[in-house]
Amino acid sequence: MSNRRDTLKGWGFAAPALLWTTAFFVVPFVVMAAMSLATLDGRTLIWGLHADNYLELAEKRYLWRAVLVSLEITATVTVLSVVLAYPLAWIIAFRVPARWQRLALLLAILPFWTSYVVRSYAWLLVLAREGVVNQTLMTLGIIAEPVTLANTRIATVTGFVHFFVMLLTLTIYANLVQLSPNYRRAAMDLGANAFQTFRHVILPLTLPGIATGAFLTFVLCIGDYITPQILGGNTELTVPQVIMVQLGRRADFPLASALAIVLMGLVTLAYLGAARWLRIDRL
Amino acid sequence: MIDGIDVFRAVEAGILAPLPEDELPEADFFPEVVMKENNSADGVTYAVTEKFGYNTISYNAEAVDPADMQDLSTVWSEKYAGRLTIYDYYLPVMGLAALSAGIDTAAIGETDLDAIGTVMSEMRGAAASVGGVVASQTALATGEVDIVVGGGEWLTAVLAEEQPELTWTIPDQGAVRWSQSIGVLADSEKPDLALEFVKYIVSPEGQARLATSSCFWGMPANAKAGEHLTDAQKEVLRWDEQDAYLANSQLYPAPDTDLDIAMQDLWLETLQQ
Repeated sequence: MSNRRDTLKGWGFAAPALLWTTAFFVVPFVVMAAMSLATLDGRTLIWGLHADNYLELAEKRYLWRAVLVSLEITATVTVLSVVLAYPLAWIIAFRVPARWQRLALLLAILPFWTSYVVRSYAWLLVLAREGVVNQTLMTLGIIAEPVTLANTRIATVTGFVHFFVMLLTLTIYANLVQLSPNYRRAAMDLGANAFQTFRHVILPLTLPGIATGAFLTFVLCIGDYITPQILGGNTELTVPQVIMVQLGRRADFPLASALAIVLMGLVTLAYLGAARWLRIDRL
Repeated sequence: MIDGIDVFRAVEAGILAPLPEDELPEADFFPEVVMKENNSADGVTYAVTEKFGYNTISYNAEAVDPADMQDLSTVWSEKYAGRLTIYDYYLPVMGLAALSAGIDTAAIGETDLDAIGTVMSEMRGAAASVGGVVASQTALATGEVDIVVGGGEWLTAVLAEEQPELTWTIPDQGAVRWSQSIGVLADSEKPDLALEFVKYIVSPEGQARLATSSCFWGMPANAKAGEHLTDAQKEVLRWDEQDAYLANSQLYPAPDTDLDIAMQDLWLETLQQ
């Protein structure tokens, strides 16, 4: 009797989360999956089990290239963000005096306070031919003519990295400050130098922070529409941009849904890959 | 308000109410933009043209040779490679590509897409970016590029006072003409007031205000709006050159569903090159 009551109580506590997930994830996902198997006859939607949209994705170069472009940009952004965020988090955690750490963190995440769109347009002006970067390089005599930085993949990656370094700094910092100083002391006592201590002790112990931040970066980056649209200058299209075209110009919900399913598939693969490589269940 | 070429879709969907033709001053309009074939169906008028202009070439007159802008093939030639942006709307830009290939916009068919695609590839190869209204206007105004393919008075006229070097032209091969129409929704709760608003918008005074609105400038459909515009405003709108411009421009391509999908595929394929 008591077990049954406990079970009911458990379901009762879990019910809000289950209902929320069902209403805002499971049901929309099922509808989207069903839509991806529908097809269009002219402007008329035909429900059914059609593979047309997935075949179209394989056949049309601009569609599968969008997948490649998204993966390339996301991989670049994730690696660069980790490489830049780790030292920043390290400095804040171990080099900045404790009483200044809160301010340092605040300054690190200050750009979060501005609108994402405004920040992207600001980068466009910074990277423009007449912008700060080109003008500085020309003043220093490094380049003679302005180089094209805006409306390129470089601009897209820059905008993304600026955003995700902040995110990763937080997740890695949270991990670093939890490490007991005794780990480092023990490694030193055993004869490890600073690099060996970092390589064999600190880095493995901070992998949870890196993995969490990197996975969030991957998910948010590969699904982002704003940054490549504003900073990339449509010089190449990512999956979210192609989805928007299908929705906004063609009202082709089936193909847009198929692309969204592919996007979800990529995120799932990334998670499984990270989980296998890092044994994320252990972290 | 609705794109002139899309009125028939709204009529098919049953969302526009008939308009009393005798209360609209279409006799005062530039004849080329009355466009009864677009704004009416089965002899019933559902919309009326209220603004028009051109998707053509906008440029910085201090950075390029204006004479070069008269020939579309020179605009996206090696000479200006990396110095132009393409307006991100497939219909007018592919219309310009068609004109460059000697194809009338109204005659575009599936068999013409190879020729249009070849021109589009050249255009894309020379372009630094492809941008919407804000992005292409910003790119031209900040000097990021010197030419906007698909631009026009709607892009540069509002900047004329601050940056008079930003201007536009219609090349020898011609340009694509856009038009907007206005109508009353079939389920309007106040159809009489809505009709009065439509009548004001197409009146000479309303047309002059609309033509020079801070959103974007464009030619008024009603030629009598000229009485309410200053000489400077008319100059920016190229009022005195409209006869020649109208004669040398063609309407947006108006593809059926299949051709529309094929054109969008070609457009996206070009962007991904």
